Amino acid sequence: MRIMRQLAFTLGLPVILIVIWWLATLGSTSFFVPQPAQLAAELVNVWLGPRLLEDVVPSVVRLIAGLALAIVVGIALGLTLGTVRWLRRLTEPLFEFLRAIPATILVPVLLLIIGINDTMKIAVIVFGCVWPILLNTIEGARAVDQVLTDTAKIYGLNGLRRVRALVLRSATPQIMVGIRQSLSIGLILMVISELFASTNGIGFAIVQFQRLYQIPEMWSGIVVLGLLGLGLSAVFRLIQARVLFWYYGSREGTGDGA
Amino acid sequence: MHTVSDAPHMPRSRRVRKPSARGASVALGIVGILVFLILWQSASIFGWVNSKYLPTATDVLTMLGVQLGEGRFWVAVGETLRAWSIGLAISLVAGTVLGLVIGSSRFLRRATHSTIEFLRPIPSVGLIPLAVILFGIKLEGVLLLVVYACFWIILIQVLYGVADVDKVAEDTAKSLGLGTFARVRHLVWPTLLPYLVTGFRLAATVALVLAITAELVIGAPGLGSEVANARSSNAITKMYALVLASGVIGVLVNLGARAIERRLLFWHASVLREVSA
Repeated sequence: MRIMRQLAFTLGLPVILIVIWWLATLGSTSFFVPQPAQLAAELVNVWLGPRLLEDVVPSVVRLIAGLALAIVVGIALGLTLGTVRWLRRLTEPLFEFLRAIPATILVPVLLLIIGINDTMKIAVIVFGCVWPILLNTIEGARAVDQVLTDTAKIYGLNGLRRVRALVLRSATPQIMVGIRQSLSIGLILMVISELFASTNGIGFAIVQFQRLYQIPEMWSGIVVLGLLGLGLSAVFRLIQARVLFWYYGSREGTGDGA
Repeated sequence: MHTVSDAPHMPRSRRVRKPSARGASVALGIVGILVFLILWQSASIFGWVNSKYLPTATDVLTMLGVQLGEGRFWVAVGETLRAWSIGLAISLVAGTVLGLVIGSSRFLRRATHSTIEFLRPIPSVGLIPLAVILFGIKLEGVLLLVVYACFWIILIQVLYGVADVDKVAEDTAKSLGLGTFARVRHLVWPTLLPYLVTGFRLAATVALVLAITAELVIGAPGLGSEVANARSSNAITKMYALVLASGVIGVLVNLGARAIERRLLFWHASVLREVSA
């Protein structure tokens, strides 16, 4: 019974909306708004065919490569800046400025310096995604419990070992917050980087459909982006549950783990 | 972390900086920027990067100065800020109203959850082709993208805020006979405000990014399309100068949003702590 209710709540509104949409487009041949069945058909026809390999896979690979690089760079740099105070002060205003530059506007710049290739697209993603991870890592590394730090010192944990065993671990919840923020940024930059002089990718395909006035196909591309976003956050939640299991455990009962 | 001066028993007080320490911090920050500029200059002069594609820092800064004296630049900035402010305002009003309506009813909250979670992750830039087809290169196209990106941020923050209203306080208000309006005014609103202001601050940054992005890609007038024009007319130095200008505007938006946050939330614990620390 509870499961039924839950299901009704989950599916209720989407079903109502789709019915309204279906009724509204019934018999209409609106150029801009496709019918639900038409859109679903395009979704299967267009995206489960050769485009899956030609456009979706390259996009996703670049996105994941960019995110992975941003995570590595962000955490490494963040741990360094979080533990070395003078370095943090040295770089704070500079990073504050670089972060404020919209990453998308760097596409023309990187296009010049790197050229039209995958490296450029990944560089754009890295440049946009690194900031939330970097800033959150710095904050996390700074907020390490003082008693734990002292204990670690007394036990002779120094240098890299202390960073790995203590600082990285304490900062992980905060780092995960940063990574979650960077996911949606990465998706945006993945699309934008494919709009300029590109030859494949989901963003490229959507714009191509628009130029050819293949409107239902274009809509289906937008849905694919939404599904990709959903999938990304689902995968992230799985990883987070694994990485932070000790954190949720330690917070159980405080109601703060959500 | 070998600084002995860090007071070990008061972790919060680590943020206290004596005036002299603050001065040193600012000085170090300036050094950091100078080092960056010198590296940039060298990269261009010594050809680490093809200087045709990376003009020197001094050239770009000079060009930025030239731009600041030109009407065309300020018109573009004005266009961008217009799209930014209108988009932000629409998202704020729509997100707050809808958030209050949905958030105040458990039924609505549960019924809309799955729909919101599906629509929210669609990256707003995916709507670029739609904006082009519907509106061409007009302001409305830019607004569509800005509002789509910012609306969800505000809505989610408002939903969290409404959900955070203290249960006991709410029951007390009810048993004291406060009407719906009075409850919203005296109970929900103060609880909600910090969430809303945080949402505003996040959305202010996102709105600027999307306004500039939309102009860059769609070609609607503004700073973004100026960058695109500079690129296509091979005015590389100008392009870099405009990118720097967008960074400056970004910093100003950040600072402005934070200042508004402090003003509106002067009574709230998170701000009080920051000020006293």
